[in-house]
Amino acid sequence: MGLRAAGNLFQLPFKQKDFKLPNAYNINLTCTKATSIISSRSMDFPSAQFVPSRTMGNYEPIHQIGMWGENFKSIDNPDISASVIVDVANKLENESETTSHEMLAPSSKHDQEASKPFDKIQRRLAQNREAARKSRLRKKAYVQQLENSRLKLIQLEQELERARQQQGLYVGGGLEAGHLGISSAVNSGIAAFEMEYERWMEEQNKHMCELRSALHAQISDIELHILVETGMSHYFELFRLKSNVANADVFYVMSGTWKTSVERFFSWIGGFRPSELLKVLVPKIDPLTDQQILEVCNLKQSCQQAEDALSQGMEKLQETVSASLASGQMGQVTYIPQVSMAMEKFEALVRFVNQADHLRQETLQQMSYILTTRQSARALLVLGEYIQRLQALSTLWTNRPREPA
Amino acid sequence: MENPDPPSMKEELLSLHIRLLAPFTGSSKSSSPDPITEGFEGGDFEDLAIFGMDKVTRLASEKGVVLFSKSSCCMCYAVKILFQELGVTPTVHEIDQDPEGWEMEKALMRLGCNGPVPAIFIGGKLVGSTNEVMSLHLSGGLMPMLKPYQTLC
Repeated sequence: MGLRAAGNLFQLPFKQKDFKLPNAYNINLTCTKATSIISSRSMDFPSAQFVPSRTMGNYEPIHQIGMWGENFKSIDNPDISASVIVDVANKLENESETTSHEMLAPSSKHDQEASKPFDKIQRRLAQNREAARKSRLRKKAYVQQLENSRLKLIQLEQELERARQQQGLYVGGGLEAGHLGISSAVNSGIAAFEMEYERWMEEQNKHMCELRSALHAQISDIELHILVETGMSHYFELFRLKSNVANADVFYVMSGTWKTSVERFFSWIGGFRPSELLKVLVPKIDPLTDQQILEVCNLKQSCQQAEDALSQGMEKLQETVSASLASGQMGQVTYIPQVSMAMEKFEALVRFVNQADHLRQETLQQMSYILTTRQSARALLVLGEYIQRLQALSTLWTNRPREPA
Repeated sequence: MENPDPPSMKEELLSLHIRLLAPFTGSSKSSSPDPITEGFEGGDFEDLAIFGMDKVTRLASEKGVVLFSKSSCCMCYAVKILFQELGVTPTVHEIDQDPEGWEMEKALMRLGCNGPVPAIFIGGKLVGSTNEVMSLHLSGGLMPMLKPYQTLC
Protein backbone atom coordinates (compact mmCIF):
# COMPACT_ATOMS: atom_id res chain seq x y z
CA MET A 1 0.00 0.00 0.00
CA GLY A 2 0.62 3.42 0.05
CA LEU A 3 4.15 4.02 0.79
CA ARG A 4 3.29 7.16 -1.04
CA ALA A 5 0.24 7.52 1.11
CA ALA A 6 2.18 7.16 4.29
CA GLY A 7 4.68 9.57 2.98
CA ASN A 8 2.03 12.10 2.13
CA LEU A 9 0.24 11.61 5.38
CA PHE A 10 3.22 12.50 7.43
CA GLN A 11 4.79 14.73 4.89
CA LEU A 12 8.16 13.20 5.25
CA PRO A 13 10.49 14.82 2.79
CA PHE A 14 11.42 11.65 1.05
CA LYS A 15 9.98 9.54 -1.65
CA GLN A 16 11.56 6.21 -1.29
CA LYS A 17 9.52 3.45 -2.68
CA ASP A 18 11.30 0.51 -1.26
CA PHE A 19 10.53 1.53 2.28
CA LYS A 20 8.84 -1.21 4.17
CA LEU A 21 6.00 -0.12 6.40
CA PRO A 22 4.88 -2.03 9.39
CA ASN A 23 1.36 -3.29 9.27
CA ALA A 24 0.02 -0.52 11.40
CA TYR A 25 -1.54 0.89 8.30
CA ASN A 26 -3.52 -2.25 7.74
CA ILE A 27 -5.50 -1.55 10.85
CA ASN A 28 -8.92 -0.04 10.49
CA LEU A 29 -8.51 3.44 11.83
CA THR A 30 -11.74 4.49 13.43
CA CYS A 31 -11.38 8.02 12.40
CA THR A 32 -13.09 9.39 9.38
CA LYS A 33 -10.97 12.49 9.43
CA ALA A 34 -7.90 10.34 9.12
CA THR A 35 -9.57 8.77 6.14
CA SER A 36 -10.09 12.08 4.46
CA ILE A 37 -6.56 13.18 5.11
CA ILE A 38 -5.25 10.00 3.67
CA SER A 39 -7.59 9.87 0.74
CA SER A 40 -7.14 13.48 -0.17
CA ARG A 41 -3.44 13.29 -0.15
CA SER A 42 -2.88 9.99 -1.77
CA MET A 43 -4.50 10.19 -5.12
CA ASP A 44 -2.83 7.11 -6.30
CA PHE A 45 -4.08 5.05 -3.45
CA PRO A 46 -6.48 2.43 -4.69
CA SER A 47 -9.80 2.39 -2.93
CA ALA A 48 -10.10 -1.29 -3.33
CA GLN A 49 -9.56 -3.45 -0.36
CA PHE A 50 -5.91 -3.99 0.19
CA VAL A 51 -4.39 -7.24 1.16
CA PRO A 52 -2.84 -7.38 4.56
CA SER A 53 0.85 -7.90 4.41
CA ARG A 54 2.24 -11.25 5.36
CA THR A 55 4.18 -9.69 8.20
CA MET A 56 1.08 -8.91 10.10
CA GLY A 57 1.98 -11.13 12.98
CA ASN A 58 3.66 -8.57 15.24
CA TYR A 59 0.65 -6.67 16.36
CA GLU A 60 -2.48 -7.45 18.21
CA PRO A 61 -4.85 -8.38 15.44
CA ILE A 62 -7.62 -5.88 14.96
CA HIS A 63 -10.48 -7.73 13.43
CA GLN A 64 -11.94 -5.17 11.21
CA ILE A 65 -9.58 -4.84 8.36
CA GLY A 66 -11.21 -2.84 5.72
CA MET A 67 -11.07 -0.11 3.23
CA TRP A 68 -9.94 3.27 4.16
CA GLY A 69 -13.15 4.71 2.94
CA GLU A 70 -15.37 2.49 4.99
CA ASN A 71 -17.67 4.02 7.55
CA PHE A 72 -16.28 3.35 10.92
CA LYS A 73 -18.48 1.81 13.52
CA SER A 74 -17.02 3.71 16.38
CA ILE A 75 -20.13 3.34 18.52
CA ASP A 76 -19.99 -0.41 18.53
CA ASN A 77 -16.35 -0.50 19.37
CA PRO A 78 -15.77 2.55 21.49
CA ASP A 79 -12.98 0.93 23.39
CA ILE A 80 -11.25 -0.42 20.36
CA SER A 81 -11.23 2.91 18.58
CA ALA A 82 -9.36 4.65 21.34
CA SER A 83 -6.86 1.88 21.68
CA VAL A 84 -6.48 1.60 17.94
CA ILE A 85 -5.60 5.24 17.75
CA VAL A 86 -3.07 4.83 20.50
CA ASP A 87 -1.80 1.67 18.84
CA VAL A 88 -1.40 3.41 15.53
CA ALA A 89 0.17 6.35 17.22
CA ASN A 90 2.69 4.11 18.88
CA LYS A 91 3.45 2.28 15.71
CA LEU A 92 3.88 5.52 13.90
CA GLU A 93 6.20 6.74 16.60
CA ASN A 94 8.31 3.66 16.19
CA GLU A 95 8.12 3.98 12.47
CA SER A 96 9.18 7.59 12.47
CA GLU A 97 12.47 6.70 14.06
CA THR A 98 13.30 4.41 11.19
CA THR A 99 12.02 6.76 8.49
CA SER A 100 14.11 9.60 9.78
CA HIS A 101 17.12 7.40 9.65
CA GLU A 102 16.35 6.57 6.05
CA MET A 103 15.65 10.15 5.22
CA LEU A 104 18.86 11.47 6.59
CA ALA A 105 21.00 9.25 4.49
CA PRO A 106 19.39 9.17 1.10
CA SER A 107 22.44 7.94 -0.56
CA SER A 108 23.04 5.05 1.79
CA LYS A 109 20.51 2.64 3.06
CA HIS A 110 22.13 2.29 6.42
CA ASP A 111 22.06 4.66 9.29
CA GLN A 112 25.66 4.48 10.40
CA GLU A 113 26.44 7.92 9.11
CA ALA A 114 23.42 9.68 10.53
CA SER A 115 25.21 11.17 13.47
CA LYS A 116 25.96 14.69 12.27
CA PRO A 117 24.58 17.36 14.67
CA PHE A 118 22.68 19.12 11.88
CA ASP A 119 21.02 15.87 10.97
CA LYS A 120 20.15 15.25 14.57
CA ILE A 121 18.32 18.58 14.69
CA GLN A 122 16.53 17.76 11.47
CA ARG A 123 15.53 14.45 12.90
CA ARG A 124 14.21 16.08 16.07
CA LEU A 125 12.19 18.53 14.02
CA ALA A 126 10.70 15.76 11.97
CA GLN A 127 9.80 13.82 15.07
CA ASN A 128 8.11 16.86 16.53
CA ARG A 129 6.11 17.38 13.39
CA GLU A 130 4.99 13.80 13.46
CA ALA A 131 4.12 13.92 17.13
CA ALA A 132 2.02 17.01 16.52
CA ARG A 133 0.25 15.38 13.65
CA LYS A 134 -0.45 12.26 15.63
CA SER A 135 -1.87 14.43 18.40
CA ARG A 136 -4.20 16.15 16.02
CA LEU A 137 -5.30 12.85 14.58
CA ARG A 138 -6.00 11.46 18.00
CA LYS A 139 -7.98 14.52 18.97
CA LYS A 140 -10.06 14.38 15.83
CA ALA A 141 -10.75 10.71 16.40
CA TYR A 142 -11.84 11.38 19.96
CA VAL A 143 -14.13 14.22 18.97
CA GLN A 144 -15.67 12.09 16.28
CA GLN A 145 -16.31 9.36 18.78
CA LEU A 146 -17.97 11.82 21.16
CA GLU A 147 -20.18 13.15 18.41
CA ASN A 148 -21.29 9.67 17.49
CA SER A 149 -22.06 8.79 21.08
CA ARG A 150 -24.05 11.97 21.47
CA LEU A 151 -26.10 11.26 18.38
CA LYS A 152 -26.79 7.78 19.60
CA LEU A 153 -27.90 9.12 22.97
CA ILE A 154 -30.30 11.54 21.33
CA GLN A 155 -31.72 8.71 19.26
CA LEU A 156 -32.23 6.58 22.37
CA GLU A 157 -33.99 9.40 24.18
CA GLN A 158 -36.33 9.93 21.26
CA GLU A 159 -37.13 6.23 21.11
CA LEU A 160 -37.79 6.21 24.81
CA GLU A 161 -40.18 9.11 24.54
CA ARG A 162 -42.02 7.48 21.69
CA ALA A 163 -42.32 4.25 23.64
CA ARG A 164 -43.65 6.11 26.67
CA GLN A 165 -46.23 7.97 24.66
CA GLN A 166 -47.47 4.75 23.27
CA GLN A 167 -48.10 3.55 26.78
CA GLY A 168 -50.63 6.32 27.14
CA LEU A 169 -48.84 8.46 29.67
CA TYR A 170 -49.13 12.03 28.61
CA VAL A 171 -45.47 12.85 28.69
CA GLY A 172 -45.76 16.23 26.99
CA GLY A 173 -42.24 17.52 26.83
CA GLY A 174 -40.85 15.65 29.76
CA LEU A 175 -37.69 14.51 28.03
CA GLU A 176 -36.23 17.23 25.91
CA ALA A 177 -34.64 14.93 23.40
CA GLY A 178 -31.68 16.62 21.83
CA HIS A 179 -30.78 18.57 24.94
CA LEU A 180 -28.10 16.62 26.67
CA GLY A 181 -28.02 19.24 29.38
CA ILE A 182 -30.40 17.17 31.49
CA SER A 183 -28.39 15.25 34.03
CA SER A 184 -29.10 11.63 34.69
CA ALA A 185 -30.20 12.50 38.21
CA VAL A 186 -33.01 14.67 36.87
CA ASN A 187 -34.05 12.04 34.37
CA SER A 188 -34.19 9.31 36.97
CA GLY A 189 -36.10 11.62 39.34
CA ILE A 190 -38.68 12.28 36.65
CA ALA A 191 -38.86 8.64 35.59
CA ALA A 192 -39.34 7.58 39.22
CA PHE A 193 -42.08 10.14 39.71
CA GLU A 194 -43.98 9.05 36.62
CA MET A 195 -43.93 5.47 37.77
CA GLU A 196 -45.08 6.50 41.21
CA TYR A 197 -47.83 8.67 39.77
CA GLU A 198 -49.15 5.78 37.72
CA ARG A 199 -49.30 3.72 40.88
CA TRP A 200 -50.90 6.64 42.70
CA MET A 201 -53.69 6.89 40.10
CA GLU A 202 -54.41 3.20 40.42
CA GLU A 203 -54.62 3.51 44.21
CA GLN A 204 -56.80 6.57 43.80
CA ASN A 205 -59.30 4.73 41.64
CA LYS A 206 -59.39 1.89 44.15
CA HIS A 207 -60.07 4.33 46.98
CA MET A 208 -62.85 5.92 45.01
CA CYS A 209 -64.56 2.58 44.53
CA GLU A 210 -64.22 1.75 48.20
CA LEU A 211 -65.64 5.13 49.21
CA ARG A 212 -68.52 4.82 46.81
CA SER A 213 -69.56 1.41 48.03
CA ALA A 214 -69.00 2.48 51.66
CA LEU A 215 -71.38 5.40 51.28
CA HIS A 216 -74.06 3.24 49.71
CA ALA A 217 -73.68 0.55 52.31
CA GLN A 218 -74.46 2.00 55.71
CA ILE A 219 -71.14 1.47 57.41
CA SER A 220 -70.29 2.99 60.76
CA ASP A 221 -68.84 6.43 61.10
CA ILE A 222 -65.65 5.03 62.57
CA GLU A 223 -65.00 2.83 59.56
CA LEU A 224 -65.89 5.67 57.24
CA HIS A 225 -63.52 7.93 59.14
CA ILE A 226 -60.68 5.49 58.45
CA LEU A 227 -61.50 5.55 54.75
CA VAL A 228 -61.56 9.35 54.76
CA GLU A 229 -58.21 9.52 56.53
CA THR A 230 -56.75 7.11 53.97
CA GLY A 231 -58.07 9.22 51.14
CA MET A 232 -56.63 12.40 52.64
CA SER A 233 -53.24 10.81 53.28
CA HIS A 234 -53.23 9.66 49.71
CA TYR A 235 -53.42 13.27 48.51
CA PHE A 236 -50.74 14.28 51.00
CA GLU A 237 -48.56 11.50 49.61
CA LEU A 238 -48.91 13.04 46.13
CA PHE A 239 -47.75 16.40 47.45
CA ARG A 240 -44.74 14.69 48.98
CA LEU A 241 -43.90 12.99 45.66
CA LYS A 242 -44.23 16.30 43.88
CA SER A 243 -41.91 17.95 46.35
CA ASN A 244 -39.24 15.36 45.61
CA VAL A 245 -39.41 15.77 41.86
CA ALA A 246 -39.55 19.56 42.24
CA ASN A 247 -36.07 19.42 43.69
CA ALA A 248 -34.92 17.48 40.64
CA ASP A 249 -36.71 19.62 38.03
CA VAL A 250 -39.00 22.41 39.16
CA PHE A 251 -40.18 23.14 35.62
CA TYR A 252 -41.44 19.61 35.28
CA VAL A 253 -43.76 20.24 38.22
CA MET A 254 -44.64 23.76 37.11
CA SER A 255 -45.78 22.61 33.71
CA GLY A 256 -47.69 19.64 35.14
CA THR A 257 -46.13 17.43 32.51
CA TRP A 258 -47.49 14.21 33.97
CA LYS A 259 -51.08 15.41 33.78
CA THR A 260 -53.59 15.48 30.94
CA SER A 261 -53.88 18.63 28.87
CA VAL A 262 -57.20 19.71 30.36
CA GLU A 263 -55.85 19.31 33.88
CA ARG A 264 -52.89 21.42 32.86
CA PHE A 265 -55.24 24.05 31.49
CA PHE A 266 -56.71 24.54 34.96
CA SER A 267 -53.34 24.36 36.65
CA TRP A 268 -52.04 26.99 39.05
CA ILE A 269 -48.41 26.72 40.16
CA GLY A 270 -48.21 23.03 39.42
CA GLY A 271 -51.64 21.86 40.62
CA PHE A 272 -55.26 22.66 41.29
CA ARG A 273 -56.23 26.06 42.64
CA PRO A 274 -57.57 25.63 46.20
CA SER A 275 -60.33 28.22 45.84
CA GLU A 276 -61.52 26.56 42.62
CA LEU A 277 -61.59 23.28 44.44
CA LEU A 278 -63.85 24.73 47.10
CA LYS A 279 -66.16 26.19 44.48
CA VAL A 280 -66.56 22.75 42.93
CA LEU A 281 -66.95 20.88 46.20
CA VAL A 282 -69.23 23.01 48.33
CA PRO A 283 -72.45 22.83 46.28
CA LYS A 284 -72.13 19.04 46.16
CA ILE A 285 -72.01 18.41 49.89
CA ASP A 286 -75.33 19.82 50.98
CA PRO A 287 -76.77 20.13 53.46
CA LEU A 288 -74.42 22.30 55.47
CA THR A 289 -75.26 23.85 58.81
CA ASP A 290 -75.11 27.62 59.16
CA GLN A 291 -71.94 27.29 61.17
CA GLN A 292 -70.41 25.20 58.46
CA ILE A 293 -71.44 27.65 55.77
CA LEU A 294 -69.74 30.44 57.68
CA GLU A 295 -66.57 28.47 58.19
CA VAL A 296 -66.44 27.39 54.56
CA CYS A 297 -66.92 30.99 53.52
CA ASN A 298 -64.01 32.10 55.68
CA LEU A 299 -61.87 29.30 54.33
CA LYS A 300 -62.71 30.32 50.79
CA GLN A 301 -61.74 33.89 51.51
CA SER A 302 -58.48 32.94 53.22
CA CYS A 303 -57.60 30.66 50.30
CA GLN A 304 -58.26 33.43 47.86
CA GLN A 305 -56.06 35.86 49.76
CA ALA A 306 -53.23 33.36 50.11
CA GLU A 307 -53.45 32.49 46.40
CA ASP A 308 -53.35 36.15 45.43
CA ALA A 309 -50.27 36.69 47.56
CA LEU A 310 -48.48 33.71 46.00
CA SER A 311 -49.53 34.71 42.48
CA GLN A 312 -48.15 38.18 42.97
CA GLY A 313 -44.99 36.72 44.40
CA MET A 314 -44.64 34.61 41.25
CA GLU A 315 -45.11 37.68 39.06
CA LYS A 316 -42.44 39.44 41.05
CA LEU A 317 -40.16 36.47 40.49
CA GLN A 318 -40.75 36.69 36.75
CA GLU A 319 -39.97 40.39 36.81
CA THR A 320 -36.74 39.98 38.75
CA VAL A 321 -35.50 37.13 36.55
CA SER A 322 -36.37 39.10 33.44
CA ALA A 323 -34.60 42.15 34.82
CA SER A 324 -31.52 40.10 35.65
CA LEU A 325 -31.36 38.61 32.19
CA ALA A 326 -31.84 41.94 30.50
CA SER A 327 -29.34 43.80 32.67
CA GLY A 328 -26.13 45.12 31.26
CA GLN A 329 -25.60 45.77 27.62
CA MET A 330 -26.88 43.55 24.87
CA GLY A 331 -24.65 42.36 22.09
CA GLN A 332 -21.78 41.57 24.39
CA VAL A 333 -19.60 38.56 23.93
CA THR A 334 -20.60 36.96 27.18
CA TYR A 335 -23.83 37.08 29.15
CA ILE A 336 -22.82 34.61 31.78
CA PRO A 337 -23.07 37.06 34.73
CA GLN A 338 -26.65 37.91 33.82
CA VAL A 339 -27.61 34.29 33.38
CA SER A 340 -26.01 33.19 36.63
CA MET A 341 -27.77 36.02 38.46
CA ALA A 342 -31.03 34.79 37.01
CA MET A 343 -30.24 31.25 38.05
CA GLU A 344 -30.01 32.24 41.69
CA LYS A 345 -33.45 33.75 41.48
CA PHE A 346 -34.88 30.56 40.08
CA GLU A 347 -34.09 28.77 43.34
CA ALA A 348 -37.09 30.68 44.68
CA LEU A 349 -39.35 28.87 42.24
CA VAL A 350 -39.01 25.64 44.19
CA ARG A 351 -40.22 27.46 47.29
CA PHE A 352 -43.29 28.69 45.46
CA VAL A 353 -44.16 25.27 44.12
CA ASN A 354 -43.81 23.79 47.61
CA GLN A 355 -45.84 26.59 49.12
CA ALA A 356 -48.65 26.09 46.59
CA ASP A 357 -48.82 22.39 47.48
CA HIS A 358 -48.77 23.32 51.15
CA LEU A 359 -51.78 25.53 50.50
CA ARG A 360 -53.60 22.66 48.80
CA GLN A 361 -52.84 20.36 51.69
CA GLU A 362 -54.01 22.87 54.26
CA THR A 363 -57.23 23.48 52.33
CA LEU A 364 -58.04 19.77 52.28
CA GLN A 365 -57.13 19.50 55.94
CA GLN A 366 -59.33 22.39 56.99
CA MET A 367 -62.26 21.05 54.99
CA SER A 368 -61.96 17.75 56.81
CA TYR A 369 -62.18 19.63 60.13
CA ILE A 370 -65.23 21.65 59.08
CA LEU A 371 -67.17 18.75 57.56
CA THR A 372 -68.62 15.68 59.20
CA THR A 373 -67.15 12.30 58.36
CA ARG A 374 -69.91 11.50 55.92
CA GLN A 375 -69.62 14.87 54.26
CA SER A 376 -65.84 14.47 53.99
CA ALA A 377 -66.31 11.12 52.32
CA ARG A 378 -68.68 12.69 49.81
CA ALA A 379 -66.22 15.55 49.26
CA LEU A 380 -63.41 13.13 48.44
CA LEU A 381 -65.66 11.33 45.99
CA VAL A 382 -66.66 14.57 44.32
CA LEU A 383 -63.05 15.67 44.03
CA GLY A 384 -61.95 12.35 42.59
CA GLU A 385 -64.78 12.28 40.11
CA TYR A 386 -64.14 15.85 39.03
CA ILE A 387 -60.53 14.95 38.22
CA GLN A 388 -61.74 11.91 36.29
CA ARG A 389 -64.06 14.11 34.26
CA LEU A 390 -61.19 16.46 33.47
CA GLN A 391 -59.15 13.52 32.28
CA ALA A 392 -62.03 12.14 30.22
CA LEU A 393 -62.50 15.52 28.56
CA SER A 394 -58.81 15.54 27.71
CA THR A 395 -58.98 12.12 26.07
CA LEU A 396 -62.10 13.01 24.11
CA TRP A 397 -60.63 16.27 22.98
CA THR A 398 -57.43 14.63 21.78
CA ASN A 399 -59.39 12.02 19.85
CA ARG A 400 -62.09 14.25 18.46
CA PRO A 401 -62.76 13.83 14.72
CA ARG A 402 -61.03 16.57 12.87
CA GLU A 403 -61.57 17.88 9.38
CA PRO A 404 -58.63 17.13 7.15
CA ALA A 405 -56.49 20.22 6.77
CA MET B 1 -51.98 40.72 74.61
CA GLU B 2 -53.13 43.81 76.52
CA ASN B 3 -50.10 43.65 78.81
CA PRO B 4 -47.47 45.75 77.06
CA ASP B 5 -44.53 43.88 78.53
CA PRO B 6 -45.57 40.29 79.11
CA PRO B 7 -43.24 38.40 81.44
CA SER B 8 -43.36 35.44 79.05
CA MET B 9 -41.36 37.44 76.55
CA LYS B 10 -38.50 37.88 78.99
CA GLU B 11 -38.57 34.18 79.59
CA GLU B 12 -38.48 33.63 75.88
CA LEU B 13 -35.46 35.88 75.47
CA LEU B 14 -33.74 33.99 78.23
CA SER B 15 -34.50 30.63 76.73
CA LEU B 16 -33.27 31.85 73.37
CA HIS B 17 -29.95 32.83 74.90
CA ILE B 18 -29.64 29.50 76.63
CA ARG B 19 -30.34 27.65 73.40
CA LEU B 20 -27.71 29.71 71.69
CA LEU B 21 -25.01 29.14 74.26
CA ALA B 22 -25.67 25.45 74.75
CA PRO B 23 -23.19 24.21 72.10
CA PHE B 24 -20.43 26.19 73.72
CA THR B 25 -20.88 24.93 77.23
CA GLY B 26 -18.67 22.01 76.30
CA SER B 27 -21.25 19.36 76.91
CA SER B 28 -22.19 18.79 73.31
CA LYS B 29 -18.79 18.97 71.65
CA SER B 30 -19.13 15.37 70.54
CA SER B 31 -22.56 15.80 68.99
CA SER B 32 -23.06 16.14 65.27
CA PRO B 33 -21.73 19.40 63.87
CA ASP B 34 -24.20 22.24 63.80
CA PRO B 35 -24.25 23.59 60.28
CA ILE B 36 -24.41 27.09 61.64
CA THR B 37 -21.56 26.90 64.10
CA GLU B 38 -19.39 24.52 62.14
CA GLY B 39 -15.98 25.88 61.28
CA PHE B 40 -16.00 28.55 63.92
CA GLU B 41 -14.02 28.66 67.09
CA GLY B 42 -16.27 28.72 70.09
CA GLY B 43 -15.12 32.20 70.95
CA ASP B 44 -15.69 34.12 67.73
CA PHE B 45 -19.04 32.74 66.86
CA GLU B 46 -20.43 33.17 70.30
CA ASP B 47 -20.02 36.89 70.07
CA LEU B 48 -21.39 37.18 66.57
CA ALA B 49 -24.34 34.94 67.24
CA ILE B 50 -25.28 36.63 70.44
CA PHE B 51 -24.90 39.94 68.73
CA GLY B 52 -27.24 38.87 65.95
CA MET B 53 -29.70 37.32 68.35
CA ASP B 54 -29.75 40.44 70.46
CA LYS B 55 -30.59 42.56 67.48
CA VAL B 56 -33.23 40.18 66.23
CA THR B 57 -34.95 39.89 69.57
CA ARG B 58 -34.75 43.60 70.13
CA LEU B 59 -36.36 44.34 66.76
CA ALA B 60 -38.84 41.50 67.11
CA SER B 61 -40.13 42.78 70.42
CA GLU B 62 -41.31 45.99 68.85
CA LYS B 63 -45.01 46.45 68.95
CA GLY B 64 -47.11 45.01 66.21
CA VAL B 65 -46.24 42.85 63.27
CA VAL B 66 -42.53 42.54 62.51
CA LEU B 67 -41.30 40.97 59.29
CA PHE B 68 -37.68 40.09 58.63
CA SER B 69 -37.17 40.05 54.90
CA LYS B 70 -34.68 40.40 52.07
CA SER B 71 -35.28 42.92 49.33
CA SER B 72 -34.48 40.27 46.70
CA CYS B 73 -36.76 37.60 48.17
CA CYS B 74 -39.99 37.07 46.24
CA MET B 75 -41.56 34.89 48.92
CA CYS B 76 -41.10 37.80 51.33
CA TYR B 77 -42.84 39.96 48.78
CA ALA B 78 -45.75 37.50 48.71
CA VAL B 79 -46.07 37.66 52.50
CA LYS B 80 -46.00 41.45 52.39
CA ILE B 81 -48.84 41.36 49.88
CA LEU B 82 -50.82 39.04 52.13
CA PHE B 83 -50.49 41.37 55.11
CA GLN B 84 -51.48 44.25 52.88
CA GLU B 85 -54.65 42.39 51.87
CA LEU B 86 -55.40 41.75 55.52
CA GLY B 87 -55.14 45.43 56.32
CA VAL B 88 -51.90 45.24 58.27
CA THR B 89 -48.71 47.22 57.77
CA PRO B 90 -45.83 45.23 59.23
CA THR B 91 -42.53 46.74 60.29
CA VAL B 92 -40.19 45.36 57.70
CA HIS B 93 -36.48 44.81 58.30
CA GLU B 94 -34.56 44.02 55.12
CA ILE B 95 -31.65 42.08 56.49
CA ASP B 96 -29.77 42.14 53.18
CA GLN B 97 -29.55 45.88 53.57
CA ASP B 98 -28.51 45.75 57.21
CA PRO B 99 -24.81 45.90 58.11
CA GLU B 100 -25.40 43.17 60.67
CA GLY B 101 -27.53 41.20 58.27
CA TRP B 102 -25.39 38.09 58.30
CA GLU B 103 -25.56 37.76 62.08
CA MET B 104 -29.28 38.35 62.00
CA GLU B 105 -29.67 35.68 59.34
CA LYS B 106 -27.82 33.17 61.52
CA ALA B 107 -29.91 34.16 64.51
CA LEU B 108 -33.14 33.64 62.59
CA MET B 109 -31.99 30.23 61.45
CA ARG B 110 -31.21 29.31 65.03
CA LEU B 111 -34.75 30.27 65.89
CA GLY B 112 -35.96 27.71 63.40
CA CYS B 113 -36.69 29.84 60.36
CA ASN B 114 -35.31 27.80 57.50
CA GLY B 115 -35.66 30.53 54.90
CA PRO B 116 -34.33 32.27 56.88
CA VAL B 117 -36.70 34.84 55.50
CA PRO B 118 -39.53 35.66 55.65
CA ALA B 119 -39.72 35.50 59.44
CA ILE B 120 -42.81 36.90 61.10
CA PHE B 121 -43.22 38.06 64.68
CA ILE B 122 -46.56 39.25 66.05
CA GLY B 123 -46.61 41.04 69.37
CA GLY B 124 -43.06 39.89 70.05
CA LYS B 125 -43.83 36.22 69.53
CA LEU B 126 -42.35 34.26 66.67
CA VAL B 127 -45.08 33.01 64.36
CA GLY B 128 -42.74 31.39 61.88
CA SER B 129 -42.12 31.47 58.15
CA THR B 130 -44.47 31.32 55.16
CA ASN B 131 -45.71 27.82 56.02
CA GLU B 132 -46.82 28.76 59.49
CA VAL B 133 -48.45 32.00 58.38
CA MET B 134 -50.40 30.25 55.63
CA SER B 135 -51.54 27.42 57.91
CA LEU B 136 -52.55 29.91 60.55
CA HIS B 137 -54.47 31.96 58.05
CA LEU B 138 -56.39 29.05 56.56
CA SER B 139 -57.30 27.77 59.99
CA GLY B 140 -58.66 31.18 60.84
CA GLY B 141 -56.12 31.86 63.56
CA LEU B 142 -54.21 34.68 61.89
CA MET B 143 -56.92 37.34 61.79
CA PRO B 144 -57.54 37.41 65.55
CA MET B 145 -53.80 37.84 66.11
CA LEU B 146 -53.65 40.70 63.64
CA LYS B 147 -56.77 42.47 64.83
CA PRO B 148 -55.09 44.83 67.31
CA TYR B 149 -52.68 45.94 64.60
CA GLN B 150 -54.99 46.44 61.70
CA THR B 151 -54.81 49.89 60.23
CA LEU B 152 -58.03 51.42 59.05
CA CYS B 153 -57.85 52.13 55.35
